[in-house]
Amino acid sequence: MSASAVVFYILSLVILASALLAVTSRKIFRSAIWLLFSLTGIAGLYFWLQMEFVAAVQIVVYVGGIVVLIIFSIFLTQQSGKDLPAPVRGRAFFSILAACAGFVLTCLMLMRYAFPASAGNREGTAASVGNIGAQLLSTSEHGYVLPFEVISILLLAAMIGCIVIAMKTKPENK
Amino acid sequence: MSQVPLTHILIVSAALFFIGMYGLLTRRNLITMLMSVELLLNSANINFVAFNRYLYPDRLDGVFFSLFIVAIAAAEAAVAIAIIINLYRNFKSIDVEATDEMKF
Repeated sequence: MSASAVVFYILSLVILASALLAVTSRKIFRSAIWLLFSLTGIAGLYFWLQMEFVAAVQIVVYVGGIVVLIIFSIFLTQQSGKDLPAPVRGRAFFSILAACAGFVLTCLMLMRYAFPASAGNREGTAASVGNIGAQLLSTSEHGYVLPFEVISILLLAAMIGCIVIAMKTKPENK
Repeated sequence: MSQVPLTHILIVSAALFFIGMYGLLTRRNLITMLMSVELLLNSANINFVAFNRYLYPDRLDGVFFSLFIVAIAAAEAAVAIAIIINLYRNFKSIDVEATDEMKF
């Protein structure tokens, strides 16, 4: 087993273990920190796949944005130090059953399907930042400029929606 | 990278997906349910990037799909947290069992 494979298995162990702790921890703040470790591990997996730009986006958006947002909302809504209630036993049992059954089924399907042999002889340097930027903003046949603009409108709408939803209304009509 | 078959990466992302699904089914706190949804979206992202890398290394479509998923996840998290804060203001709790009225 080469060093690259060892790195992959360590990374996936980190990702899965911290994700499991994130969904089972009884303290909500620790759960958020475990989620942080899991997302960082996924960014490491992207680095391992030599997709540096996606890894950078993962760190900037998830680790720097979403987890910080989640931690702020924990501070705003949760009494710190209080444990979350344990899941109802029957519900936890059937959830484990459903998750395991789905996982086993997916693994069986994956084992049966033979993926076409990787086209390793094709040139693999397409994922540079310059290529990504050029194709993202190109208006030719394989360009992604329309989804890019749609995403920008979606982000604007989400921003305005957040402000409207979280705005404090005057309590005079109560 | 070439020593690890594609199937192993797909198994890791499937395991991540079902861990997130377990969390979504058992948790009853809105913030922890949001964290589980983030795990689900990330497992889909791993799949897109791995398929792009292994099967079509000369193209970039998987990268674009994962970038758009990340952008939509950011918008979704922001709106969800605005809704959670508004719910907390009205109900003094963010447990899904406690929020059983729609308008009052």
